[in-house]
Amino acid sequence: MSQFREITRNGLWKQNPILTQVLGLCPTLAITTSLINSFSLGLATTFVMAMSNFAVAALRSFIPYEVRIPVFILIIAALVTMVDLAMNAWLHDLYLILGIFIPLIVTNCIVLARVEAFAAKNPVAESTLDGFVMGIGLTLVLSVLGIIREFIGQGTVFSGIEMVVPGWQAIQVLPDDYPGFLIAVLPPGAFLVLGLLIAGRNWLDARANERAKAILIQHSPTQAQA
Amino acid sequence: MRETLRISTSSAIVLVVFSLVFTGLMAITYQATKPLLEASAQAEKLKLINEVLPPASYDNDLLADAVSLPPMRALGLDNGSKLYRARKAGQPVALVLEAAAPDGYSGRIGLVLAVTADGHLSAVRVTAHKETPGLGDYIDPKKDKNKANPWIAQFNGQSHELAEEGRWKVAKDGGPFAYHTGATISARAVTNATGHALAWAAERRNALFALPTGAKFEEKQP
Repeated sequence: MSQFREITRNGLWKQNPILTQVLGLCPTLAITTSLINSFSLGLATTFVMAMSNFAVAALRSFIPYEVRIPVFILIIAALVTMVDLAMNAWLHDLYLILGIFIPLIVTNCIVLARVEAFAAKNPVAESTLDGFVMGIGLTLVLSVLGIIREFIGQGTVFSGIEMVVPGWQAIQVLPDDYPGFLIAVLPPGAFLVLGLLIAGRNWLDARANERAKAILIQHSPTQAQA
Repeated sequence: MRETLRISTSSAIVLVVFSLVFTGLMAITYQATKPLLEASAQAEKLKLINEVLPPASYDNDLLADAVSLPPMRALGLDNGSKLYRARKAGQPVALVLEAAAPDGYSGRIGLVLAVTADGHLSAVRVTAHKETPGLGDYIDPKKDKNKANPWIAQFNGQSHELAEEGRWKVAKDGGPFAYHTGATISARAVTNATGHALAWAAERRNALFALPTGAKFEEKQP
């Protein structure tokens, strides 16, 4: 069971796709202008990542090492196309929200990265979990990015929620005459906020390391002297 | 050498097999979903049309009563489009047509509008745009913060005469229409394109209503 816990920890924090691996930035930076957008893109990506990791882990013994990358891309692109069509046909309401994001997922290299780094070498259950939690880790970071950018840029939270839950309204947090802060909405703002988030993560990690070291020293005074 | 050849051949075969299998899967999905997709595209279109024209105001099968338009400069369209005709008890009610503003803040803004048989604008909606979120996107009532009276509603019921007299403009350009300070370009683009499209359709409304269903509209050379 412990490897499942390890996979989960990796996806959510230690190997977080955005904060640590810093992969798949193109759609990330383009879409995270609001919480709802970010969360929707994150969910759609999670779904595709779990599916592509599952498919590749299941088929990995048939894929020759030399041509694995083209085969992975083929599998991911085909899966995304099928998800796109199927969702449009049978889950049309959901498609209206997530639909525009689905083609973007093909260009997100985090999907290929997880397939190559994990699913190609591990059994089906572990791989599917890895794709899923990596996607959740991505969704969490995207949502934080989205909240911050939306708040600074427009002074609102949950803008666009009326497209997800009809009848709900965005919440205007800052005064109505808040003029907006354009750079937060434009791509440079995404880079700035992401940079701060990565710095924050590194700071937390460094602090945790310091503490671990301090505890180690306290418990073994002889080693500390040496 | 022989080893290399063997590996290349087997890799190629595997690639071909994977391509065939996944292309097949995609083809099956496409075939299975096609009728549903077409139906929902139609429903979507009708929903959009209902926003610019009250469904109770006409009783014909609107989407079937279509005329095709060639690429039309006056409407800002580089490609051919469809124009739909609403009728009640056989009498002309309104024309529903597409238009586009080529001069938005970040590119083209797609519009759909309904022009009544007496030359008034029923309503206009933005169908596609890339204006700045939170700044210029109030042209789309879904993004407009003023839900009760969105910006785009000020065009409802305006007459084509305003456009023909050259007064169909935002207040900054000397017309009657409001805009949001700091985002004039988006509003001006939508306003101007709406005015041009309304004038175009109003001027040709009799000819457009008279065309047989499915016919192609040709601009008469003056």
